[in-house]
Amino acid sequence: MNTVLRALRPLTTGLFSIAAIIAVVMLAAPSAQASDKPIRIGLVTFLSGPAAGPFGVPARIAAEAIVESLNAGEVPAPYGSIGLSGLPIELVIIDEAGGATKQVAEFRNLVERQKVDFVIGYISSGDCLAIPPVAEELKKLTVLFDCGTPRVFEEASYKYVFRTRPHATMDAVAGARYLLETRPDLKSYAGINQNYAWGQDSWKDWTAVLEVLRPKAKVTTSQMPKFGAGQYGAEISALMRSRPEVIHSSLWGGDLEAFMLQSTPRGLFRRSDLLLIAGEPNLHRLVGNIPDGTIVGARGPHGVFAPKGKLNDWLRRIYKAKTGREPNYPAYSAAQAFLGLKAAYERARLEKVKSAIPMAAVEGVKEGMEQAYQMPNTEEVIAAFENLTFESPSGKVMMKLGKGHQAVQGTAYGTTRTVGGKIIIENIKYYPVEQVQPPEGISSIDWIKGGLKPGRW
Amino acid sequence: MRIDRTIIVLTAAMAALLAFTPFLPNWAMFLFTVSLCYGVVVLGMMLLVRTGLVSFGHGLYYCLGAYAAGTLEPLFGITELAVMIGSAVAVTAIVSAILALLLRKYRDIFFAMLSLAFSMILYGLLVKTSSLGSTDGFNVTVKTLFGLHIADTAYERYLIFALTVLICWTCAVLMHFYLKSHRGRLAEAIRDNELRVEYMGASVANTIHLHYVMSAVLAGLGGALMAVSVGHIDPEMAYWTTSGEFVFITILSGTGSVLAPFLGATIFESIRSFAYEYSPNTWQMALGITMLMVIMFLPGGLWSLFKRASRRVA
Repeated sequence: MNTVLRALRPLTTGLFSIAAIIAVVMLAAPSAQASDKPIRIGLVTFLSGPAAGPFGVPARIAAEAIVESLNAGEVPAPYGSIGLSGLPIELVIIDEAGGATKQVAEFRNLVERQKVDFVIGYISSGDCLAIPPVAEELKKLTVLFDCGTPRVFEEASYKYVFRTRPHATMDAVAGARYLLETRPDLKSYAGINQNYAWGQDSWKDWTAVLEVLRPKAKVTTSQMPKFGAGQYGAEISALMRSRPEVIHSSLWGGDLEAFMLQSTPRGLFRRSDLLLIAGEPNLHRLVGNIPDGTIVGARGPHGVFAPKGKLNDWLRRIYKAKTGREPNYPAYSAAQAFLGLKAAYERARLEKVKSAIPMAAVEGVKEGMEQAYQMPNTEEVIAAFENLTFESPSGKVMMKLGKGHQAVQGTAYGTTRTVGGKIIIENIKYYPVEQVQPPEGISSIDWIKGGLKPGRW
Repeated sequence: MRIDRTIIVLTAAMAALLAFTPFLPNWAMFLFTVSLCYGVVVLGMMLLVRTGLVSFGHGLYYCLGAYAAGTLEPLFGITELAVMIGSAVAVTAIVSAILALLLRKYRDIFFAMLSLAFSMILYGLLVKTSSLGSTDGFNVTVKTLFGLHIADTAYERYLIFALTVLICWTCAVLMHFYLKSHRGRLAEAIRDNELRVEYMGASVANTIHLHYVMSAVLAGLGGALMAVSVGHIDPEMAYWTTSGEFVFITILSGTGSVLAPFLGATIFESIRSFAYEYSPNTWQMALGITMLMVIMFLPGGLWSLFKRASRRVA
C-alpha cells in the first residue's frame, strides 16, 4: 500500500504542476468577449540589439506618434477621420529581437493571446520570410513594414500578408543609374558589405545591375566583413590597395559608423568615391566623417527625398515633437504601413455602405443597413487592400506586385555635403517605378539579367 | 512488481498533454511544442552534464538536425515528416560519431570551447551559403505524415504536436532506463573520478563517445521537430547564443531526473513568452533575474524543489 502511495505521489505532483501551468496559461489569456473597440494593432519592431537604434526605435516612436495623431483625428486629408474609420487604435508593441523561432511563437501569442486585429511589423528579412505562412494559418492580416527581401512575394503568394514598402531591388538599380549618370565612363568599383543575407543580396544585385548597365567596369575587390565586426583595418587596406573609382556599401548602423570613422583618417575617400545604399538612418551621426559627394539613398523616397506635401509635413512635425530630430526612413516605412492599412480599412467600409440595400427595397432595409454600417471584416479589408493606391508622406504608394500585396514606389538618390556641422543632401534625382522595379511575374534577378526592361505599369 | 515513479509521471504527463491540449488555445499548444523541442535537446545535455561535460556547441546538432530535415524538400522534393526526422537522426549520428573521436579526449573548458568552435563553423558555412538563404534561412513545409496528407488540414498542428509528445516520451523513457543501466550509471562515476572508472575496467572514452552521440541525436531530433513546428529555419540555430540557451535551461532544470529538462524548458519558454508580452523592453532582464535566482537559491536546478518536497514528506 505504502509503495503504491509513494509511487503515486510524484504522479500527483506531476499532474498538479501541469494543471497549474495550464491554469496560469488560461488565466493569462484575456477573455474572448472583449468588446470590439478599439482596434488593436500589434507592432513588432526591434527594441533591442543592433537594429534597434537606427531602425527599430525610430519606427516605434513614429508608430506611437502616428497612432496618437490618428486617434486625435489630426492627420491631413485623406486621413482626417479618427483612428480607423472612427474607431480608435490601440498599439501592442513587442520586440523583434531573438530570431525567427521566437518571432513565430510571439506572433501566435500576439494574435491569440493579445487578440490583436492586425499586425504591423518586421524589419529583419528572416522574420519576413518566417511569419507569412503563420499569418496565413491564423488568418490574420499582417503588414510587413520595413524588410526588403524580394523573396517574400517572389517565392510564394499570400492572402493575408501585405508589404507596404517596395522591395530592395530598386536600391541597387536606382543607385547604379545615379552613379552612371554622373560617371558614365566608370572603369572600376569595389564593395564592402556585411557577410549576411542583406549584405550578400545587396552586393549580388549591385554587380548584376552594373554588368548590364556598364559591362566595361571591373570589380577590383569585394570585402565581406562579418556582421558587427567593428574593426575594418584589413578591409580598408584591401580597398585602398585595389584603388576602385567607387566603393559600394550596404553597411548600416554601428558597422557603418565604425567603418567611416576608421576609413576617413586613412584617406580612403581621397582615392575613391562612396555610395551608401542604406546610409540615411545614420546620416546625422556621421558629421565630420563622411566625404562631400557621397551618394546616399534612403531605400525609397523617404526623409529628405520625400516630396513636399501636407502628409510629409505632418509626419516631420509629429516625429520632431517626440525626438527633436527629423524622421528617418524606418519612420516613413511605419507611416506607410499605418496609412496603407487605414486606407484599405476605410475603403472596405465605404464599399460596404455603397453596396447596402437601397432604401427603395422595403424588405430587409433595417437588416441591410445594420449590416452595411458594421465594421468590415478581415476578408473585406483584404479585398480593399489588394491593388490599392494610397497617399503617404513619401508620395503615392501602389500595391502592384505579388498579386496586389507588394507595394511599389519610385526612389531617389542624392549626394551629401556638410554645411556648418550639418549634412545636407543635394543633386537629388528621382527614379520612377518603371525604371527601378521589375514588373509582376518576373523575379528581380531575372529582370536585372534580362536588361532591366521597363514594364508596363 | 516495482512501479517506477518517473515512468508513471512521464506517461501521465504524456496522456494529459495529448488529451487536454486540443482544448487549449492554439498558442498554448505551440508553447508546449516549443518547450518539448527544447526539452529533448536539454535531455541530451543533461546526459553530458551527468558525465561531467558541458557542451557550449549543441546548437551544432540542433541546427544540423533542422537543416537535415529542411533541405530534403529543396534538394530532393521530400516533404514526408517521418523521412525528415529520420534524416535528422542519421545525419547528426554520423557527424557526432566522427567529431566525438576528437572531442572525447577533452574535458571541462576545452571540451566546451571546442564544441562551441564546431558549432560556429557550421554557422559560418550556412551564412556563406546564399542558395539556402544565408542568415534569412528558408521555410520548411511538411505535406505528409506516414503517407497521410496533413498539410493545411485542421489537425496538422495537433498531429505535429502529438508526434513531438510521443518522440519526447520515448526518448525520456529510454533515457531513464539507460541512466539506470550499468553503462548509464558510469556517467556520474566518470564525472567523479575517471581514473577509478578505468581501473574498474570500464572504458571512459567509449562511454563519453556514446553519450556524446546520444546527446547529439537528441539535439538533432529537437532541431528537426522545431523546424517543422516553426516552419522556418535559419543559421541562428547554430549560433552560440542558441547553445547558451540550452546550457541555461540545463542549469535551470537540474539533472536530477529525465523529467527535469521538460519541466525546465516549459518554465523557461513560459517566462520568456510572458516577459516578451509584459515587458517588451526588458524581457532579457527577466530571464537573467530568473537565472540568478536559480543559481543563488536552487543550485541543483528547479528539480531540487521536487526532490526536497518528496524528502520532506517521506
